[in-house]
Amino acid sequence: MGFYFAQLLTGLANASSLFLIASGLSIIFGVTRIVNFAHGSFYMLGAYLAYTLVTLWSGSVLGFWGGVVLAALVVGLIGLVVELTILRRIYHAPELFQLVATFGVVLIVQDAALAIWGAEDLLGPRAPGLDRAVRILGEPIPEYDLALIAIGPAVLAGIWLLFHKTRWGVLVRAATQDREMVGALGINQAWLFSAAFVLGSALAGLGGALQIPREAVSLQMDLSIIGEAFVVVVIGGMGSVSGAFVAAVLISVLNSFAILIFPQISIVLPFIVMAIVLIFRPYGILGKPGSEAGAPEAPEAPLTLMSPKAMMVMCAGLMALALSPLFTAEFTSVLLVDVMVATLFAVSLHFMMGIGGMVSFGHAAYFGVGAYAAALAVKFLGFGMLPAMAFGPLCAALAALFFGWFSVRLSGVYLAMLTLAAAQILWGVTFQWQDFTGGDDGILGVWPPGWASSDRVYFYIAFVLCVGGIWVMRRIAYSPFGYVLRGVRDSQTRAEAIGVDTRFHQWMGFVIAGAFAGLAGVVFAFSKGSVFPDSLGIALSIDGLIMVLLGGIHALAGPILGASAFVLIEDWVTRLDYWRFIFGTIILVVVLVAPDGIAGGIQRLWRIIKRGAA
Amino acid sequence: MSTVLQVRGLSKSFGGIRAVRDVNFDLAEGEFLALIGPNGAGKTTCFNMLNGYLPPDEGTVSLGGQSLIGKPPRDIWRMGVGRTFQITSTFMSMTVVENVQMALISHHRRVFDLFSRATRLYVDEAMALLDLVSMRDQAGRACSELAYGDLKRLELAIALAHEPALLLMDEPTAGMAPSERVALMALTAEIVARGGVSVVFTEHDMDVVFAHAHRILVLNRGEIIAEGSGSDIRANPLVQEVYLGGGAVFETEASDA
Ligand SMILES: Nc1ncnc2c1ncn2[C@@H]1O[C@H](COP(=O)(O)OP(=O)(O)OP(=O)(O)O)[C@@H](O)[C@H]1O
Ligand SMILES: [Mg+2]
Repeated sequence: MGFYFAQLLTGLANASSLFLIASGLSIIFGVTRIVNFAHGSFYMLGAYLAYTLVTLWSGSVLGFWGGVVLAALVVGLIGLVVELTILRRIYHAPELFQLVATFGVVLIVQDAALAIWGAEDLLGPRAPGLDRAVRILGEPIPEYDLALIAIGPAVLAGIWLLFHKTRWGVLVRAATQDREMVGALGINQAWLFSAAFVLGSALAGLGGALQIPREAVSLQMDLSIIGEAFVVVVIGGMGSVSGAFVAAVLISVLNSFAILIFPQISIVLPFIVMAIVLIFRPYGILGKPGSEAGAPEAPEAPLTLMSPKAMMVMCAGLMALALSPLFTAEFTSVLLVDVMVATLFAVSLHFMMGIGGMVSFGHAAYFGVGAYAAALAVKFLGFGMLPAMAFGPLCAALAALFFGWFSVRLSGVYLAMLTLAAAQILWGVTFQWQDFTGGDDGILGVWPPGWASSDRVYFYIAFVLCVGGIWVMRRIAYSPFGYVLRGVRDSQTRAEAIGVDTRFHQWMGFVIAGAFAGLAGVVFAFSKGSVFPDSLGIALSIDGLIMVLLGGIHALAGPILGASAFVLIEDWVTRLDYWRFIFGTIILVVVLVAPDGIAGGIQRLWRIIKRGAA
Repeated sequence: MSTVLQVRGLSKSFGGIRAVRDVNFDLAEGEFLALIGPNGAGKTTCFNMLNGYLPPDEGTVSLGGQSLIGKPPRDIWRMGVGRTFQITSTFMSMTVVENVQMALISHHRRVFDLFSRATRLYVDEAMALLDLVSMRDQAGRACSELAYGDLKRLELAIALAHEPALLLMDEPTAGMAPSERVALMALTAEIVARGGVSVVFTEHDMDVVFAHAHRILVLNRGEIIAEGSGSDIRANPLVQEVYLGGGAVFETEASDA
């Protein structure tokens, strides 16, 4: 009995820290509608700053709590700088931009933290006065956990008072419910947004700072918490602080008991809970309809067929690509295979997001399923390369059929989050199912057979599959299916009114996008000879988003340019020290300077040049 | 003449608001019926229940003897019901003609065709429909560039694409210049006169209503308070009361909501 109670208390203590970071995320989303990936970075910065301050003023109670609070305030200030310099310019951009921009901030903060605090994990001091355990029902409970259990509800109460008793808080709530109304009332939105952002970041900083007596401060803190924080916000309902509290408690307590039965469940449990909640409550526990929508988007221009000139450029490019192995070194062929794989992956993601209007934060799931299915077929079923290459996309399509069925019932940010959950569940299962998938060690020895083993021959196999896949996707984009899919994106109401089963149509779009991502995964697996859980990971999903964004979401050629640019930049930049910093900066520059991506940027540049010439 | 649409006891509440209460009417084949009433009377809510966007709390709707209750909008469309919206709803990232082509593609059950070029399908039919609403010269324009009145006409072309037996038009002339209104409703009347289609429309412009409607239903606070020909309605004291409490009636300007 005492043991279970102790377990409950641990769960509640975890819930408090989770709530702190999630409440900040939820407030920021509610007011600004920004899906802030950098929130995990604020959390990490809070921990690092608190570490420095608390060790500086070590020993005293005041030193500890003063350090924690000051760290939170400094993070709030950093949040203000980020808001003023970056986010302010992209409030009206599509979710994708905001996500990628905040991911740029994640990269920059990671390298900044590396430069300041080094790569070693740092062990913080205990909290003075709370460094022992008390016995409750015979079980030792850390005093600090009890303090945390009290802090969570206290912060919730503080936020409640702030939101209900101050003019600012009332405005924040109004903005969360209806942004246009607030705009119409003529309230100074810029100020409102900044203040919400500062509050949200400070809460994340506080959450991180409070963690230092419990866990080592490390450079992995940011991305390891952000997934869970998103889950909590989504389960609670985007923008709802009390919802975030309920969700944090639900997840943490469930987790503290579930690990007793099934220790491996920790990684996937939050995502499973989220999937279940969203199926029954598409706006989260306390969320309201409408809370899913990001900023409204400007309509895109009608599709046009390629001009003869563009067609010639493309054919020339393809010819050059096809002939490249004849006059370049082998390693260039290998790099070009990477480019083609990335391009196919980005095109499939663009099909889903740009054409289908379904933003996916977890598209790597289908890439990874394709790669793993092929590798497993080789390992356990003795498949040859070509049958395995057919099997992979098929399995990816089946996975998309399954997860897509749930996803198309949602829209906007909730849909994006469910795709993320799907990817994380698959990643977690792959990572932990050592016997079947090899876990962290991956599956090795997935090589092409003798006749295809030279890099040159494999280049041509990849060429046929990737270029062929891209061609098919383009064909579909121009087909009745693709047009109707864009129609559903433009207006569900109108699509229904001309007899289209909108959900089914989106579902099929989801499956097609998944199948082609799987094809990319298969080509990838045989080119590397191995697969690892990374190929299902968040990082790859975000890479895909960056590629689509770099290229420009409103152009069919966008993902092609974006993926090529991405792989080439990455190949160059990762050889440098502090490449994350550089890469993050590049991302921010693109988002701020060429929000229409490379394709749009080139078009604009071209227009300027033409005007100059005329 | 046979009955196309039969509506019995249709009701809908939103929370405390009883938006539509016990609405009954029949629509005969070839009839041009106006559903009028002040803002918030429940006209749009009625339409939304007729073609599946809202489930009624109570009541039945049948089209040619088949019940429409519980069917999604797309199935009702396939049964031959076209709809235009008070707040226009079109595919903004497509051109005018592509919008009409989409309806034709769906009508010919080709939405799952993966390999044809969508823009090459049913071009002539689409152009003929655009001709009908005098939009041929704008066929290639992006839908997002159109004036509001043109969007309304485009919606009519889309709604006619599957040769509907019943057309529901929610404020088809809102946002148009007076001369355009007259022209559009004259066109609709002509389409009705050619036969094969019955129309229910809502409208705030009483000149338009009296000029064309075969019969008028007056809705107020969700209830039908009067029914009859133009002169019946004009003379009805209850209706006069509703519209501006009597006095200078039927000069009401259309709202462009
Ligand atoms: N989805 C909804 N939720 C709550 N109330 C609604 C909803 N839709 C309509 N109403 C209410 O039902 C009533 C009828 O609205 P409806 O839109 O049907 O009126 P209408 O006759 O079409 O008015 P208008 O001439 O302004 O278009 C109004 O009071 C409206 O506020
Ligand atoms: Mg209406």
